[in-house]
Amino acid sequence: MMDFQVVVLAGGTAKKLAPLVSKEVPKALLPVANRPVLSYVLELLESSNLKDLIVVVEGEDAALRVGGWISGAYVDRLHVEVAAVPEDVGTAGALRAVAHHLTANDVLIVSGDLVSDVPPGAVAATHRRHGAVVTTLLCYAPVSGPSDTGSSAGKDKVKKSRYNIVGLDPTRQLLLHIAAGAEVEKDIRVQKNILRAVGQLEIRADLMDAHMYAFKRTVLQDVLDQKDTFHSIRQDVLPYLVRTQLRSEISANGLHKVEDNANGRVSSQNYVTWMSQHREIAPSAYQELLALSPRSPENALRTHKCCAYIASKSKYCARLNSIQAFSDINRDVVGEASHLSGYSFSSQNNIIHPSAELGSKTTVGPQCMLAEGSQMGDKCSVKRSIIGRHCRIGSNVKIVNSVVMNHVTIEDGCLVQGSVICSNVHLQERVVLKDCQMVCALWPDSV
Amino acid sequence: MAQKKGHRSLSSDDPEELARVPLQAVLLADSFATKFRPITLERPKVLLPLVNAPMIDYTLAWLESVGVEEAFVFCCAHSQQVKDYLNKSQWMKQPGTFTVQPIESHDSISAGDALRVIYNLGVICGDFVLVSGDTISNMSLKEALQEHKERRKKDPLAVMTMVIKHSKPSSLTHQTRLGNDEILMAIDPDTKELLYYEDKTDQSQRFITLDKMLLASTPTLHLHNDKQDCYIDICSPEVLSLFTDNFDYQHLRRHFVKGLLVDDLMGYKIFTHEIHSSYAARIDNFRSYDTISKDIIQRWTYPMVPDVQYFGNCSQMKLDRLGIYKAPEVDQSRTAQIRAFSLIGNGTAIGDHSVISNSVIGQSCTIGRNVSIQGSYIWDNVIIEDDCKLSHALVCDGVHLRAGVVLEPGVILSFKVEVGQKIVIPAYSKVSLLPQPSKQDSDEELEYADANSGVVESPSITSIANTRNVDPVPDSPDAEHSDTSEVGISGVGYIWSTTEGGHEEEWRHSIAPIPAEKLMEFCLSAHTDLGVSNQDVNSLPASGELQLDSESTGFDDGEDYKDSADFEKEVEATFQRVLAGVNPENVILEINSLRLSYDMSHADCAGSLFYSIMKSALSAPFSSNRELLLNTGKELSRWKDLLKNCLKTIDEEIEVLLKFEEMCLETTKEFAPLFSAILNHLYEKDILSEDAILSWAEEKEGADESDKVFVKQSEPFLKWLREASEDEDD
Repeated sequence: MMDFQVVVLAGGTAKKLAPLVSKEVPKALLPVANRPVLSYVLELLESSNLKDLIVVVEGEDAALRVGGWISGAYVDRLHVEVAAVPEDVGTAGALRAVAHHLTANDVLIVSGDLVSDVPPGAVAATHRRHGAVVTTLLCYAPVSGPSDTGSSAGKDKVKKSRYNIVGLDPTRQLLLHIAAGAEVEKDIRVQKNILRAVGQLEIRADLMDAHMYAFKRTVLQDVLDQKDTFHSIRQDVLPYLVRTQLRSEISANGLHKVEDNANGRVSSQNYVTWMSQHREIAPSAYQELLALSPRSPENALRTHKCCAYIASKSKYCARLNSIQAFSDINRDVVGEASHLSGYSFSSQNNIIHPSAELGSKTTVGPQCMLAEGSQMGDKCSVKRSIIGRHCRIGSNVKIVNSVVMNHVTIEDGCLVQGSVICSNVHLQERVVLKDCQMVCALWPDSV
Repeated sequence: MAQKKGHRSLSSDDPEELARVPLQAVLLADSFATKFRPITLERPKVLLPLVNAPMIDYTLAWLESVGVEEAFVFCCAHSQQVKDYLNKSQWMKQPGTFTVQPIESHDSISAGDALRVIYNLGVICGDFVLVSGDTISNMSLKEALQEHKERRKKDPLAVMTMVIKHSKPSSLTHQTRLGNDEILMAIDPDTKELLYYEDKTDQSQRFITLDKMLLASTPTLHLHNDKQDCYIDICSPEVLSLFTDNFDYQHLRRHFVKGLLVDDLMGYKIFTHEIHSSYAARIDNFRSYDTISKDIIQRWTYPMVPDVQYFGNCSQMKLDRLGIYKAPEVDQSRTAQIRAFSLIGNGTAIGDHSVISNSVIGQSCTIGRNVSIQGSYIWDNVIIEDDCKLSHALVCDGVHLRAGVVLEPGVILSFKVEVGQKIVIPAYSKVSLLPQPSKQDSDEELEYADANSGVVESPSITSIANTRNVDPVPDSPDAEHSDTSEVGISGVGYIWSTTEGGHEEEWRHSIAPIPAEKLMEFCLSAHTDLGVSNQDVNSLPASGELQLDSESTGFDDGEDYKDSADFEKEVEATFQRVLAGVNPENVILEINSLRLSYDMSHADCAGSLFYSIMKSALSAPFSSNRELLLNTGKELSRWKDLLKNCLKTIDEEIEVLLKFEEMCLETTKEFAPLFSAILNHLYEKDILSEDAILSWAEEKEGADESDKVFVKQSEPFLKWLREASEDEDD
């Protein structure tokens, strides 16, 4: 696609996902339906013909592992540079570290943990069409609310927590307000001047920032340079740009270049159309304003535009950023969003690798996956679960709503329900696991 | 009265019965405001002519047209005049289905009082339309009424439906074309429920703050500043009782609407009904008088236009091209010009070479030669002599302007004022035969006050009076106290000084258009404001950008972030359970799970746990610092293992030190003098490594002096540590 550079922020060994992730399995390589989660983003980008990518990974070790996997899996298909950045620099810090690699007019930034079928091309096109400084992908937040861990879910069901508070113009294309992080739980503070400019602001709590952004490169670099305390794209850079859109500070130096081309001018003209709605009450003001602006540039209103692309409700969009999300996404990818998995499903609506062995009277239900080399004993039952490679499962084992990773041994008579079992775990006879978030062989040493 | 009340409650018990009652309306014939002074000192606002018919006629005609069967006209100020007018008018006489019934009260000072009076009369038995007597509309209420009724059936708490209309305020003056201030409303787009209402917005406040709970029940809300409140409400009878229950509610919007929205205890709801093509507006000030007059002449209010015999406008107006309305008997000189969008009342004579444009002239006026009248409103029986110039002025009944008078934009001349020759009345002046009442307690303004309530020294305009022939008017009863020189003009009347709002704000609500220089001023200040506000915004932690240091932030920092304070409390509570005898190993697990659920780092865990331990040390009784130190030592050795569990790397140890510092400065100052001693203890017990302590000290090197108190306190210990480590290196 035309002159877009893509940066994939693949994270590192995020502490939040511990012990799911470890030095051996950085976040980007966590399995979703037995494929690394990063592959979903890479293939999504590939489908929009975005093949030149920079993948940023936190930590040298993790970068080596991710790089090794990419070069193996995508050697002929994608041109990927893997960059390592120190841990805990945040998304803004990660971009600062690779900023000198960026040369294109616009940069597309995607989180490596995104599992989605929203075409990045649509976001890029919206960005270009409006000449925006930033365009963000918004998708419908899961209805259940982010039930991250058991402890917070039960506490207050009434006040369900939210992802973002978003303000949009009546056409739902301009992003006029965004609250992220801790702001979301506070009272909503809307800037009056922005409301005045548009007249009507739609405030929504049912959308979330999906962590796919198109940025004007010069603006992004300026903001990263000038605001060196900014840590996160989602919580700092984006809210900052949205907040200052009617009195842009970035145009002071960095945007001069941009202002020359057609895109830059669109934004200021747009403000003029906003103004022009008031002509009937104050015709003279309108004239004066037009006359005034070019003469005294220091007084002219500098504006920039922030846009949003709202994915339709039918699209799948989720981020693997919590343990709950890990099991949800795994379930969805072989379930309701099965087109994402890239596998072809059998007539029973499941995937059983030819090399997997099933004992007698063992049933594997729909929306399940059994990967290569796994063996199951007799009279087992698998429902809505994913079983990784080379697992050995005894007889009379029931696995429901769970994710079992690779090389797991489960002995006879076990019941596993609503749990995640990490690689190399060994469950002895008649273990019952119900709604254990995870069982991990290495815990807690890997933390 | 009691009997009637009984009747009311009987009928409201049964919803079926309620549906069958005739549609009623309450018309407030008093605006409980002083914006039309000085005119309203002599005549109530609802009887002021608007394009030659009293305002109340428009409102009553509209009420009749929408199917209201019983209208209660609530009169307070000048109630006799209103009653007399109604008695004489056709409204009381006509036999049809529309009955008008005046209700009189003398001690009501607000809309709230009025509604309480009406409640006590017990005349309202079902849903009713609440309007004030200055409402001009041609909307059909059918749809709004039906919506209201259906909502009521489903939800008896939906007590009111407000009519709103699109109208975008100017971005510079923040007021609508009706001269009203902008109104901020939040509306649920699906149910149309009103969630937030703010008029009289504080311009210095740059943010609108919406309660986070607004989005709890609905995922989406629309925030508007482009809607105009038409002040037409469809109310359920509960509204009256709500006013009675809340005896402090005065203003319909500021108290009642806001009160209901803020108080979710009772759960009453207000809904909105937006009209798109029909007209609804209320005359609130002189600017809306001007705007609405123009709308009527330009026929936006059809069928409420002068040439349609719809209500008491007796004389048949004739519409010419260019929107010129003329009564049948106008004596117009051949050389006089009447330009577009003007109306000339019956029996008016216009002299040679006079030019009238965009103006309304009442009945039986006499206009001399070479008079120029532009954008003005001349009521009945006005005499304007030769060579006068009027622009954007309002001239009441019986005014006499002598030759050569100039009225600058925004001038208001009240009843029977006389202006002497060649006098220029400065812009925005208000002239009345009645002296200006002294400033009253300005809590809620009355439309009229006792004329004797005190007289403000009226400014003399002698300086501009160039003639001194004073003509006391024989038929003016007030003439004797407007004693010649006091008024200063060669006529009769006081020039009112502008009220505390000051001349500054006068242009906002004037008949005259906003002067260009004002707009320019606004335009410029808008720019500079933005410059200034940029700075405040930067100092505001409007987003997450200032929480950096408190959080561990990976690429996926806190999607569902919770306060670290909450976390601290949870850890403390967990620790309390250990004290109560829970196995410490379980506590480690518990703290770990807390850490995961709150998305905290190990460092936060360590800090919070340390905090809890120190607090428990403090809870034991002690009488001296030494004892406290001993207690602390004991607690620390007791929980060493637990704490060590969280101290996996040097980072966590440093966090503990920072936490300790913070505690000594803020929460538990008791430890402040013991900082160094406890630090020593922590080192001895192997809780903190010397690397951690030294890097903490290093980190503080560049800090402010105030931040280094504890580094200084521990200097001897640090020195010893450094030397020891150097020895080791050797």
